[in-house]
Amino acid sequence: MVKLKEALESCLEEFFLPGNSCCAGCGLEIALRWAMKALGPNTALVSPASCLNVVVGLWPKTAPNFPFTNMAFAAAAAAATGMSAAFKTKDYRFPGKVWGEMTTLVFAGDGGTTDIGIQGLSGAAERNSDFIYCCYDNEAYMNTGIQRSSSTPHGAITTTTTLGKERYKKNLPRIMAAHEIPYVATCSVSEPLDLYEKFKKAKSIEGCKYIHILASCPPGWGIASEDSIEIPRLAVKTGSWILYEIENGELTLSKKSKPLLDPTKRAPLIEYLSRQKRFSKISEKVLIELQERLDLQWSKIADELSCQENHH
Amino acid sequence: MVEATNDFVQEKETIVIKGNVSAAYAAKSARVQVISAYPITPQTTVVEKLSEFVDNGLMPGTQYIKVESEHSVMASIIAASKAGTRTFTATAGQGLFYMFEMLHWASGSRLPIVTTIASRGAAPPWNIWADFTDVISCRDTGWMTAFCATHQEIYDEILMSYKICEDSDVLLPKFVAYGGFILSHTSKPVIIEDQDLVDSFLPPLPDEKGWPHIWFDPERPLMFGNLIMPSGFYYEFRMKIHDAMVRAKEKIKRVAKDFEKIFGRNYGNGLTQEYKMDGADVGMVIYGDLALQMEQAVDDLREEGYKVGMIKLRHLRPFPVEDIIEIAKKVPLLGVVDRATAFGSPTGGPVSCEVKTALHEVKGTARILPMINGLGGREVTLEQQKVQLKMLIKLNETGELPKDMLYGTLWDGLLEVK
Ligand SMILES: Cc1ncc(C[n+]2csc(CCOP(=O)(O)OP(=O)(O)O)c2C)c(N)n1
Ligand code: SF4
Ligand SMILES: [Mg+2]
Repeated sequence: MVKLKEALESCLEEFFLPGNSCCAGCGLEIALRWAMKALGPNTALVSPASCLNVVVGLWPKTAPNFPFTNMAFAAAAAAATGMSAAFKTKDYRFPGKVWGEMTTLVFAGDGGTTDIGIQGLSGAAERNSDFIYCCYDNEAYMNTGIQRSSSTPHGAITTTTTLGKERYKKNLPRIMAAHEIPYVATCSVSEPLDLYEKFKKAKSIEGCKYIHILASCPPGWGIASEDSIEIPRLAVKTGSWILYEIENGELTLSKKSKPLLDPTKRAPLIEYLSRQKRFSKISEKVLIELQERLDLQWSKIADELSCQENHH
Repeated sequence: MVEATNDFVQEKETIVIKGNVSAAYAAKSARVQVISAYPITPQTTVVEKLSEFVDNGLMPGTQYIKVESEHSVMASIIAASKAGTRTFTATAGQGLFYMFEMLHWASGSRLPIVTTIASRGAAPPWNIWADFTDVISCRDTGWMTAFCATHQEIYDEILMSYKICEDSDVLLPKFVAYGGFILSHTSKPVIIEDQDLVDSFLPPLPDEKGWPHIWFDPERPLMFGNLIMPSGFYYEFRMKIHDAMVRAKEKIKRVAKDFEKIFGRNYGNGLTQEYKMDGADVGMVIYGDLALQMEQAVDDLREEGYKVGMIKLRHLRPFPVEDIIEIAKKVPLLGVVDRATAFGSPTGGPVSCEVKTALHEVKGTARILPMINGLGGREVTLEQQKVQLKMLIKLNETGELPKDMLYGTLWDGLLEVK
């Protein structure tokens, strides 16, 4: 694990500049700033329709201090494939220049990833196209006014699930792992060093890398701006959001989540849910069900880890 | 994959190939750097042939992306083009419709992307045969559109298109369309040009810095496509696209001239190609493969003493308004044949609408007889086209309209519907 000092020293430079129009406490901004610190300037970013598309600045103002293109909502993964192909063919024509070192990065919302963009993403993953795809997951379509996505969790109120969402959150990192890509990781904006390390690692791997970040959204979640780190931290502490990596099929729990294999180390789920207005309509019965589902999920992870160990 | 060699040498040769293969050879001759493709009949053999070229090391350095849909085809090509590479793809019918959202991203970003369309009918019911409704429904996307009538023209037009699209005054994408099956799947001799000659005709591949207006370069970070308020330059950007498209007419003419000088093949002035219009009493405006057979019909009737001629429309966008006016001043009556539909429009046929619009308020120009013909690959015989020409003569001489007109348009060759 990198030390905070080392991380800060190696990345004093900001690539996503102040003056952007993110809401105060926006998780997406924290995620992008730290991702770019890890990846550095030789990075080109594709951003499909989302909050990010807008908060980067109204024309002609731009907050990103690196090559950045907006893209159609469903088209991020395919565009990144094309861009990475272009860098490869440029590297062929102009060897020894920067083109061979370029990282192509997608930064997409959960809607752009788990809904409209999933076909293109699945295609790119199956092809093992060489880029990092990052989903910043604020668990709804925030840009268009907080509508449900397939990444919205059970019980959450959105403008299209006014009584709380009935269905469950789509587990996209696992779907990506099922594509047998070399690297899948989950992050939370409350753990920037973990995020920094994971992007560093992703950059060093050839092929399709997928990183899924839980990114708080104060207006969308019904939380105070100053709580936008605390709430995702509770998501990790309760075990509701699990930090892990899947490298070439092998699952590893990350530092903050590993101890939670022991159920007594996990804070009760209610501590995470009760702080957010979006979960205000969850009944006690549903809360118990959700806790049970979560505990079962952890048991399955324990099984998977022991199965992996036995295999070795 | 075979290790690519730096110097694949294509010498001039004439080979008997399908129209689709002719398109693939053109992409190879143009040294395209990024190809992205998805199968759809009747285009598929274009990208199959390109796979073969790439796998055999005949296109060194070329990246070939096999995506999972046409939306992704155009998205990947757009990004690759933005990064400063020459790109190519091919599609048809449903595939083009599926791409539609991305077409605007290509023109809005002013990217010189060339895409061939082996045109086919729109479902339902499923139809995979010649019908230009697919490409013509993309008329207002900011793409230029050319039609080809022969196998050789497919090869030639693709080369010319790169030169037109990459001109810094134009910088727009372009469709090169030809009739599905009729051209895509039949074989004819095609001259594949000497690589050095092609290289001397085409602009050089983009240098390291990419296109003049758009790039991905960490040394010159730029952002593309941010939200722009109504008070920003959105409106002006749109005007510029129209301006570039209209100005492309002169470029198309110049490129057609250059092409003829270097390769010896003539395509009229690039926008339109007249055929035996001198001394003609009536003429037919027609595009795509139907134009080729119409030449034969004109020849046959001329031999019989009828004074008929035709104009092959080579570009729908930019639309050759001036040429159409000039031709319409030569004869009192022009037929306009559409192998495409524009439902509910003034004539029902897209090109006849355009022609009428071009002539509107221009004194002393021909009367227009709009015609629809051969939709969904319906066979159009030489005899039928001769009858069409004779019908024009009769209309001109006697004022007698053909029977079975539908709202002022002749839907020729309909089956009897009981
Ligand atoms: C094809 C298409 N459909 C719909 C939209 C409208 N749209 C823009 S952003 C957005 C929601 C984005 O949600 P998400 O991906 O979760 O990103 P967030 O806004 O939450 O950051 C929608 C529905 C669009 N731009 N394009
Ligand atoms: S709505 Fe949410 S995701 Fe969008 S800018 Fe505001 S805080 Fe960030
Ligand atoms: Mg979202």
